[in-house]
Amino acid sequence: MNISSNVPRPPSISLTPWEWMRKNLLSPWYNGLLTLLTLGFLYGVGKGILTWVLKEARWEVVTDNFRLFLVGQYPSDQLWRVWLGLLGLSLLLGLTGGVWKGTAYSFARATLVALGIFLLVPASWGTRTWLIANGVALAGGILAGRRFRSRRFQQGVLAGWLLYFPLLVFLLRGRPPLLSPVEPGLWGGLLLTFLLALVSIVLSFPIGVLLALGRRSALPAVRLFSVLYIEVIRGVPLVTVLFMADIMLPLFLPEGLRVDRALRAMMGFTLFSAAYVAENVRGGLQAIPAGQIEAAHALGLNSFQTTLFIILPQALRLVIPANVGQFISLFKDTSLVAIMGLLELLGIGKAVLANPAYMGLYREVYLFVALVYGIFSYAMSYASLRLEKALGVGER
Amino acid sequence: MSGETEDIIICEDVHKWFGVLHVLRGVNLRVRRGEVVVICGPSGSGKSTFIRTINRLETHQRGRIIVDGIELTDDVRNIAAVRSEIGMVFQQFNLFPHLTVLQNITLAPMKVRQWPREKAERVARELLERVGIPEQANKYPAQLSGGQQQRVAIARALAMQPKIMLFDEPTSALDPEMIKEVLDVMRDLARSGMTMIVVTHEMGFAKEVADRICFFADGVIVEEGTPEEFFSNPKEERTRRFLSQILTH
Repeated sequence: MNISSNVPRPPSISLTPWEWMRKNLLSPWYNGLLTLLTLGFLYGVGKGILTWVLKEARWEVVTDNFRLFLVGQYPSDQLWRVWLGLLGLSLLLGLTGGVWKGTAYSFARATLVALGIFLLVPASWGTRTWLIANGVALAGGILAGRRFRSRRFQQGVLAGWLLYFPLLVFLLRGRPPLLSPVEPGLWGGLLLTFLLALVSIVLSFPIGVLLALGRRSALPAVRLFSVLYIEVIRGVPLVTVLFMADIMLPLFLPEGLRVDRALRAMMGFTLFSAAYVAENVRGGLQAIPAGQIEAAHALGLNSFQTTLFIILPQALRLVIPANVGQFISLFKDTSLVAIMGLLELLGIGKAVLANPAYMGLYREVYLFVALVYGIFSYAMSYASLRLEKALGVGER
Repeated sequence: MSGETEDIIICEDVHKWFGVLHVLRGVNLRVRRGEVVVICGPSGSGKSTFIRTINRLETHQRGRIIVDGIELTDDVRNIAAVRSEIGMVFQQFNLFPHLTVLQNITLAPMKVRQWPREKAERVARELLERVGIPEQANKYPAQLSGGQQQRVAIARALAMQPKIMLFDEPTSALDPEMIKEVLDVMRDLARSGMTMIVVTHEMGFAKEVADRICFFADGVIVEEGTPEEFFSNPKEERTRRFLSQILTH
């Protein structure tokens, strides 16, 4: 930059580390005392934790049962199906990152780095091959996405995401003539946590938006249904909804039609989450000034077009923080499927602890489980921040 | 069919209530093709409400409104037909903040008129040229000044190629130094032969551009006439009081 020298500039303050310490940590004398006390405290606590983590903790409870934590009792000779599902996810993520710059791209890149780190962990050659394949799919997706950055291609990628979830469930579950069936009762661990959370999030979002619009509809029947649904579901604890999905749903279904337990749980979560999403979205809808709707109508847009092109894009952006909060809590609430006898991440942790060989290793197991939940919750939270920024271009 | 001399807007005995509040008390107005009508009057007199009934942003409860041969009723097709012939500019601009300037202008032509994107964008750029801000096409509304936003709003309304333009206090929310740039655009539009109804307090603009001035008070048109008659020789006492209030300060 070439700024002419007579333009006044803000005064800059530069301190050496020692000056900074003296200014902020050591003066006046009581701040110095506080600094010393804090350092002592940090040393005591940090030393205890580090010694435990590095020397005393028996992490073999995690490494020995790593596969259980990840996929539960999914048969090991069928594990390629999980890997194939992941491969599809990597490819889609890569394509998304390539086609849209910004958030999706930085996520794809971060995933690529994470894959590289996983490669350093000692594992069988089979696992490594799959990891490398995932990396290749991800990188290939990014490159392909950058090459064909057109509207058509973007729509194709979106359609790919929509198709992905039913295909994934089909792939994991199998159907006798094509693939040997794997009972969803055997799905477990992080795999089950993810499936429950992702499917519920993806399905509950559009249902919630429709309910929110329904609640403001001019048609009394639609409005009444939406209000009743939202208020009833919100008035009931999640555990109750899950019990209903588990025990009552089969009673209502026609003879011969059986829905697996895991799928019933997904339905329960979806129906529950939709009511909360609906109320979040309603908040966003109410924040849109009436002038926006008038301007759209004056231009000749009909009500449907006004909702689709003017109201929803603005309202949904406003409710990203609230909705992501809802989805993070849904992600963690998946641990409640324990009451249905399903073993997701936390459930597997409990099952491992019940094994006499690992008796009493609560701290190791629960810390590991908490770390996994923490990483993914933070990723969602970070994604939401990035998304808000990316969509907020030029807005007040 | 509609001939050249026929009135394009016919309002007969238009009444409107907000609850028990009687805001329009029998408004009669006929506007010829290409005519520029300025509506002025004290605030709360119903002038904004009245021009909003012409494209059915407000429903009238008695009387008739006929725009280019189409009567405004509850029939949705009539409302859509009338709205596609009328462009409207609001006091608060009401641009869509999540769309760029270009997208603000091309949205309605593409979705309502089904124009292909290329045509919509070509027309949009021509209009931006006409209102004097071709370089702002890819900015978002919040990045523009008030005067620029209002000019985009005019371009957006013109993109639908309306036969009539309604202006609801288009300069009231603007800083003084930006009022002129918007009025200049409106003057050019009037000279191009557009039929316009303008609610405004800009008496200089009214004097220069209007073919007719209507003075609104208490939900009716109290007096109307050419600018010369209206300003130099107002007939009604109510009009004289209003003019003395706004012209002497």
